[in-house]
Amino acid sequence: MRLEYHVTGRDFQAAGEAAAKIKRTLRQIGIDAETARRVGIVAYEAEMNIVIHAYCGIVGIDILPQRVNIYADDEGPGISDIALAMQVGYSTAPEDIREMGFGAGLGLPNMKRYSDELEVTSQVGSGTSIRAVINLPAKEEG
Amino acid sequence: MDQVFHSVLLIEEKCRGCTRCIKNCPTEAIRVRAGKARINAERCTDCGECIRICDNHAKTAITDSLSRLNEFDCAIALPAPALYSQFGREVNRGKVLGALIAMGFDDVFEVAYGADIATFLTLEYLKKTSGTRPMISAACPAVVRLIQVRFPALIDLLIPVDSPMACAGKLAKEIKSKELKIPKERIGAFFITPCPAKVTWVREANKHGILSVDGAISISEVYGEIVKRLPEVSPPYPEPKASPMGMGWGRSGGERAAAKIAKSLVVDGIHNVIEVLEQLEMGKLEDIEFVEAQACIGGCVGGALSVLNPFIARMNLEALVEKSKMRPGMHEELAKSLNLKERLGEFTIKPDIAAVPAFRLDQDVSRAITKAEMIEKVVSELPGLDCGSCGSPHCRALAEDIVQGLAVDTDCVFKLREEIEILAEQLLEMAKKSPPALKEDSAF
Repeated sequence: MRLEYHVTGRDFQAAGEAAAKIKRTLRQIGIDAETARRVGIVAYEAEMNIVIHAYCGIVGIDILPQRVNIYADDEGPGISDIALAMQVGYSTAPEDIREMGFGAGLGLPNMKRYSDELEVTSQVGSGTSIRAVINLPAKEEG
Repeated sequence: MDQVFHSVLLIEEKCRGCTRCIKNCPTEAIRVRAGKARINAERCTDCGECIRICDNHAKTAITDSLSRLNEFDCAIALPAPALYSQFGREVNRGKVLGALIAMGFDDVFEVAYGADIATFLTLEYLKKTSGTRPMISAACPAVVRLIQVRFPALIDLLIPVDSPMACAGKLAKEIKSKELKIPKERIGAFFITPCPAKVTWVREANKHGILSVDGAISISEVYGEIVKRLPEVSPPYPEPKASPMGMGWGRSGGERAAAKIAKSLVVDGIHNVIEVLEQLEMGKLEDIEFVEAQACIGGCVGGALSVLNPFIARMNLEALVEKSKMRPGMHEELAKSLNLKERLGEFTIKPDIAAVPAFRLDQDVSRAITKAEMIEKVVSELPGLDCGSCGSPHCRALAEDIVQGLAVDTDCVFKLREEIEILAEQLLEMAKKSPPALKEDSAF
């Protein structure tokens, strides 16, 4: 099944809602707690990236028998050096956002840490796309 | 799974079927059906939010009555630290303990003393497990249950040491059984509780054969009795043994203060706790060592079964903490005299804390996915006003109830109105149709 949510840039009030809805559904489906947590983290970081950096975008997941695919596409400034952005602590977030406690340069590194596969593509001046995969544990468990 | 006992329950006659409780329940455990609130036992955490919010006082908590003391040869009162806070800033702790004995208890053992032990055990546990951080205190039973129901991925972060109440019960029985030379089973330990979730914990533990505490009597039940007896109690009073730090556990921030853990986060109020747990689930706050989380605002002094306003009670408790003295090295001495270092395993929470999948739509994952898809469809057709008139806390919850066969879409007043409108239009349409015998343009 697919869940997809619109995310608006700079809307810190609603930030995290998409990830929260995703987590709620995963819990209802009975996906194991640790996998649900990892999907939640990746979706949250993807959502926050859009809120912090982009104008607008979508975050969604596809739940498949063996894995969960997470995707995020935004319209925004794009990332000029993806390798640099993957480094812990590197951030282009402006000062006012850092003052709010966001933009610590952990978004992409966290996505990498909690997903099994991660692909980031970006076009400067146009937007960024993220594709992440989290495999479900081999045996279905309680 | 057998039915979970819950302390929190509904007084049917008083419930008017309003929607205050359903909207305030942190685990969406309440629905209004046939004009009365219904509590889902699996989801309920006994946090007491519904008791506090109900204007009609239709929610209450079952606790044990004083008559249960007669079931044992020796009954020991285990007063929560929050108990002292109910009697002003100047109250003599010894006198409060004396009043408990005057009420019919054979002995007293302060839970604040159990908190001194729990402090030591917590620090030992943190030393042993340096890897995963932060660790979460398991002292608040409503928070533990909340994690089991809503945040199962965080279960491994709970510090599985016995609560101050369980520590106190265990030791009180051990000491008393040696003193009186009677088996522990003939000694009853009764927690004097500000907290409905503790009542539930005691009942559930007893069901599993864990008998560190035999019953829980609410502070509100003994309050009047103590107030009545305080002026009459005469020395010698039982000597309070707990340190001021142990006493401090009765309010939020007390655990951190006692354990002196630098990087710790203190949060109280169940809705605040949920926000912090969401952050933890997101992998945030990993640089924090220790999380002290309490479901009630102000901590245990704010428990739903206490009498005083939480903020006044907190002020009183702080004054009492200030007044009592802490001998340096007290925790170490205590640990030594009780041989705690060798007995860590004995003071581990039992039964194990397991996930409670109360939100699962179906045992079968593929059927659950089908239901989740149906929910998305149903929720998109609901008005999204989250008014609660249907008896479910919000539109999404109604959608879930519909898909689970527990409600129908016309339970939504807006959906019902839509359908009535369609029906009315059809009626009007039909009413306009006259029989051929009256119709002027009938062709024949």
